[in-house]
Amino acid sequence: FAHSQVKCHFFLKYQVCFILARKFTDKHEWISVENGIGTVGISNFAQEALGDVVYCGLPEIGTKLTKQEEFGALESVKAASELYSPLTGEVTDINTALADNPGLVNKSCYEDGWLIKMTVDNPSELDELMSEDAYEKFIKSIED
Amino acid sequence: MCHWQGTLSLFTNEEGGILDDLIVTSTSEQHLYVVSNAGCRDKDWALMQGRAQELQAAGYDVHLEVSENALLALQGPLAAQVLQKGVSGDLTKLPFMSSAVMAVFGVPDCRVTRCGYTGEDGVEISVPVGCAVELAELLLRDPQVQLAGLAARDSLRLEAGLCLYGNDIDETTTPVEAALVWTLGKRRRVAMDFPGAAIIVPQIKGKVKRKRVGLTSVGPPIRAHMPILSPEGRPIGEVTSGCPSPCLKKNVAMGYVESEHSRAGTVLAVEVRKKSCPALITKMPFVPTRYYTLK
Repeated sequence: FAHSQVKCHFFLKYQVCFILARKFTDKHEWISVENGIGTVGISNFAQEALGDVVYCGLPEIGTKLTKQEEFGALESVKAASELYSPLTGEVTDINTALADNPGLVNKSCYEDGWLIKMTVDNPSELDELMSEDAYEKFIKSIED
Repeated sequence: MCHWQGTLSLFTNEEGGILDDLIVTSTSEQHLYVVSNAGCRDKDWALMQGRAQELQAAGYDVHLEVSENALLALQGPLAAQVLQKGVSGDLTKLPFMSSAVMAVFGVPDCRVTRCGYTGEDGVEISVPVGCAVELAELLLRDPQVQLAGLAARDSLRLEAGLCLYGNDIDETTTPVEAALVWTLGKRRRVAMDFPGAAIIVPQIKGKVKRKRVGLTSVGPPIRAHMPILSPEGRPIGEVTSGCPSPCLKKNVAMGYVESEHSRAGTVLAVEVRKKSCPALITKMPFVPTRYYTLK
């Protein structure tokens, strides 16, 4: 039983990684696409740079976004940082948990701290985004 | 002014605008000790030097010196308790806005003034520049002491309703518009012997077009340069400083609005990223100040 559970776990993990490979923008948003719907958040680098998030300004469901369009802002005590859409599409969901708990963006930027879900109107735009490896290199280049 | 006693004051121009805000302390050593904003150093120096030369020409014995000191602020409810371990004098006898020269943790010739810009109890220590790092390190040996950056200080001064020169007051704002009339002494108001008095003094009893007010809100933080709107949505002013208050867990801001909309308790709105968000005119300080006033 234990053995099969481990196997199952590995299988799921592989599948999840395969489908939900995150792509990154040079504005530090990430998107992962599953069944034609993209989930959008900010990178660990971005949440660290921002400091404690105290307010998440998110769009309304149904808002149509074009790639690189401003769709909201994350606010820390010091400053507001604008959010830019990684792709063209329509907002299908927003993370309502952030209204009461904006700190989720800091605690779990890739999981519970996601921001919006959106349709992927032009899948070829995904190819213009960075893979996780490319993004890591990009971060190093701007830190140097 | 009593000896060793300081006060907030303003340099004004002939148009009634504010050139700088500053703390002036009458010391027991026959001089005035002036702390003004570093960003206004050149124009403050020119202003004071010009006036000193006029007085010298009239036969007065007056001259200016620039202090080669650094200024360290030790702020917070425990500030006096921490500092007391390093000074021989009794700090309970040094009330808010008073000043004395003493050795601090063995560093001689420090001017300790019971002031700061946080709304809390605390001191500013003017220390010979060569000893500034040493004194900071000596203070940091106390586990109760931590370094705080300018953004932390900015949140605190805003919670205390204190103006930041260049944001909330400048050469285009008068002391009456800025709600800083209390800085003008009664004798000076009667004598009208300061720059801009012909504009400022009549404003005290008359009307001004706009006034500085405090604003509080929930939701998206209110920040500098956002438009302030009347209940009907008409622009009636602009935010000059704002941030989420870490103490109050709501947004605090200050800005100028048309005087007829400046009463505390009025609900206005602030435009945040093209959305209108309700904001309440609120008396300042937003967080009660805790100066050591001996009253």
